[in-house]
Amino acid sequence: MAIVIIPTPLRKFTNQTARLQVEAGTVGEIIERLTLDFPELKKHLLDPQGSLRSFVNIFAGDDDIRDLQKEKTPVNTSTVISIVPAIAGGNH
Amino acid sequence: MIFIEPVSLNRMKTHALLIFPDECCGFLYGTEQNNGERTISEIREVNNSKPGDKKRRFEITARDYMQAEQWALDHNLLMLGIYHSHPNHPAIPSEHDRVAAQPYFSYLIISVMQGRIEHIRSWRLNDKSQFEEESFSPVHLNQSI
Repeated sequence: MAIVIIPTPLRKFTNQTARLQVEAGTVGEIIERLTLDFPELKKHLLDPQGSLRSFVNIFAGDDDIRDLQKEKTPVNTSTVISIVPAIAGGNH
Repeated sequence: MIFIEPVSLNRMKTHALLIFPDECCGFLYGTEQNNGERTISEIREVNNSKPGDKKRRFEITARDYMQAEQWALDHNLLMLGIYHSHPNHPAIPSEHDRVAAQPYFSYLIISVMQGRIEHIRSWRLNDKSQFEEESFSPVHLNQSI
């Protein structure tokens, strides 16, 4: 079980819910659970190969899971998982 | 339709001019009506963290983004989008803008040509992940809309 913070642009796919409690043991299981419960989230979180999109960052507390064990990062009831969209752009 | 409080609009313009010829960026905050009309009442400037060429790219760190979301919660406002400037380019989103764009957010682009504000336009992704322009207007908050 962990608390998951949904970023503003993705809340339209979670019935406007900003915080969810998700039953899971790892970050990967959280993503799987979210995409099952809210299928429209899938294309915004995962690429066609099922990997985390490059424009999506996942934080466990203050740490980017890429600096931890990626999708295998374990979670517990006190873990706060933040889904953080990468914000970028440019003029051409 | 997106309405922007003039003080916020002027702050964005000032930010774009100050940072020129680099790209500036920041967050848009406000409220949204049931009919989808948005009113921007606050903006927050943020550092362009893009390594290398800031003249044609911008990037916001994940930590700055998380703080910006928390700021919205603390002030009981919605984070409604992102603004950024296009130095010496029109206020039209690039393919790079589109690929990185998020659903729901308004993307306000300030075109700065040779150090002068040329044009400001706002865009949102549609359901096919293509940008559509949204009309915007400056409005005073005490004005009925």
